[in-house]
Amino acid sequence: MNIVVCVKHVPDAQSDRTFNESDSTTDREGVDGLLSELDEYAVEAALKLVEEGEGEVTVLTIGPAQAADAVKKALQMGADKGVHVSDEAIHGSDAVATSLVLAEAIRKIGSPDLVLTGMASTDGTMGVVPAMLAERLGVPQVTYASELTVSDGTATIRRDGDTASETIVATLPALVSVTDQINEPRYPSFKGIMAAKKKPVETWSLADLGVDASQVGLDAAWTKVESFTKRPPRQQGQIVTDEGDGGTRLAEFLSAQKFI
Amino acid sequence: MAEVLVLVDHSNGTVRKTTSELLTLARRLGEPSAVFVGEAGEYAAAAEALGRYGAQKVYRVESPDVTGHLVAPQAEVLAQLVEKASPAAVLVPSSTAGKEIAARLAIKTGSGLVTDAVDVQAGEGGGVSTTQSVFAGSYTVTATVTHGTPIVTVKPNSVTPEEAPGAAADEVVDVTISEAAKGARITESKPKEASGRPELTEAAIVVSGGRGTAGDFSPVEAFADSLGAAVGASRAAVDAGWYPHTSQVGQTGKQVSPQLYVACGISGAIQHRAGMQTSKTIVAVNKDEEAPIFELVDFGVVGDLFTVLPQATEAVNAAKG
Ligand SMILES: Cc1cc2nc3c(=O)[nH]c(=O)nc-3n(C[C@H](O)[C@H](O)[C@H](O)COP(=O)(O)OP(=O)(O)OC[C@H]3O[C@@H](n4cnc5c(N)ncnc54)[C@H](O)[C@@H]3O)c2cc1C
Ligand SMILES: Nc1ncnc2c1ncn2[C@@H]1O[C@H](COP(=O)(O)O)[C@@H](O)[C@H]1O
Repeated sequence: MNIVVCVKHVPDAQSDRTFNESDSTTDREGVDGLLSELDEYAVEAALKLVEEGEGEVTVLTIGPAQAADAVKKALQMGADKGVHVSDEAIHGSDAVATSLVLAEAIRKIGSPDLVLTGMASTDGTMGVVPAMLAERLGVPQVTYASELTVSDGTATIRRDGDTASETIVATLPALVSVTDQINEPRYPSFKGIMAAKKKPVETWSLADLGVDASQVGLDAAWTKVESFTKRPPRQQGQIVTDEGDGGTRLAEFLSAQKFI
Repeated sequence: MAEVLVLVDHSNGTVRKTTSELLTLARRLGEPSAVFVGEAGEYAAAAEALGRYGAQKVYRVESPDVTGHLVAPQAEVLAQLVEKASPAAVLVPSSTAGKEIAARLAIKTGSGLVTDAVDVQAGEGGGVSTTQSVFAGSYTVTATVTHGTPIVTVKPNSVTPEEAPGAAADEVVDVTISEAAKGARITESKPKEASGRPELTEAAIVVSGGRGTAGDFSPVEAFADSLGAAVGASRAAVDAGWYPHTSQVGQTGKQVSPQLYVACGISGAIQHRAGMQTSKTIVAVNKDEEAPIFELVDFGVVGDLFTVLPQATEAVNAAKG
């Protein structure tokens, strides 16, 4: 079984994230980046499936030069090869354009049995790329999997919904997004780190994919950011230390604020 | 006036509050038309509520092809209606399914998509202007859709629903669902036990417990019940198996924005904040005065939740009389 895992390189959530003043896009240069933690679960899920059977795991990322680090981390975890789509024109792309480029790259990799993604990126957290990608590839989509098994040409997942726990079955090829409940991602071993150095990574431009530069980037976006304002940091309110009356004082606060 | 399509969120025909919120917002942009997708017979329960919040028209789709197959068929339904009605906008609830339906619809119709809007207004030169809260609530962004039909998913609690009678004239629509859209089937659905408390994302008040509960959520639940609140949990509490995953608040759980959020025994990690930082009023009870959650609070008690919460619960119950 051949699996493509889409992974994203994101600004570290622990650092101060911001926008570029000039064009209102997410600042990806001024901050440290890493493989989106939520995509590690997708890499782990792919490795498990291939270890159980056979096949190959290809990791795919779109992003600036630094995004190669995300591919490297996934290769160290055990993926077989990497594809990095990088092109000046991609800067500022929205989910619509990202899904277009991912779809074309997946076609070029060669129709996989399974495309795996994280549930959302830790920077954008729109969580819409998987659905858009499935729409573009014309394959069934099963998202937010907290369990995943594959056999006889079907993927079966369990999803933990608000009102019910559902079992969903999709015929392959399919796209599956996984949650952070599905597994415990492995740390790269020393052997894995050494082996990753010899694994093939291809870097593709838009031209390699036959995607026209006018279809991506900020100018091609179908939405436009008009303004962004930093929220004033929340003013710290009143902090009291419990001296036997903490609960009463809490109730008094709630009452003064008309919550009771 | 142009129609504005609103995808109805309901359970067995009982319309959720998010739908009345969307209908209220839709009236700012045009004439609300509700899109009701359900099993045969469910519509009867929904009709009155849709009319009460201003739906002029209701498109009814009752087909097992749609209900048994996750999101893809619903996106096809909306795409066919967009084609037919050329609406000024399509509003969809910002649930996980809602966002995916909207995402597929955007690709199908070549339209710009804004997710997780907290406000929607008619744009100055026509169109639609949206407001979002991004990067764990640290920035407010306004945006417009520049291509196709504006598709916007709106977070719960973004607006107070206002009644305005609408005709709610229903029109049964026959849709054709492609085989491709039926590729994912729900084969089993085990209903969860209802807690009897308000739904987490819709609740006006949320009381959450974390690792500090040490597995005993009873003081958190008792306090929540005194306030008529929903109960949430941190990931640490969920991972320990103390509370169901569907109650998790945060980046990989629910994003809540209630009037009041009470964090009990929760340190306030960035991933937790991402799910609650836009709450109007924030209160915390934590033993550790250095806990980062205190940076956010309007009111904080440094103390043991096992003594503070029962005392507060008693005072609240007494105040209610
Ligand atoms: C990819 C990723 C996604 C994540 N997503 C989420 C998410 O969606 N939601 C989420 O919550 N977390 C999430 N996390 C985890 C997050 O980083 C924290 O680990 C988690 O929020 C900690 O939970 P906690 O505050 O309950 O526990 P802790 O950080 O251990 O804090 C417990 C607090 O309880 C206090 N305490 C202890 N005893 C008492 C007592 N008797 N009375 C009062 N106070 C007491 C302590 O002082 C402490 O501040 C995610 C992490 C990652 C890596
Ligand atoms: N630039 C990208 N490169 C590769 N995969 C991506 C990219 N952006 C998003 N994805 C995938 O889509 C998922 C959801 O992303 P999002 O819709 O942006 O929240 C991520 O977990 C990734 O698997």
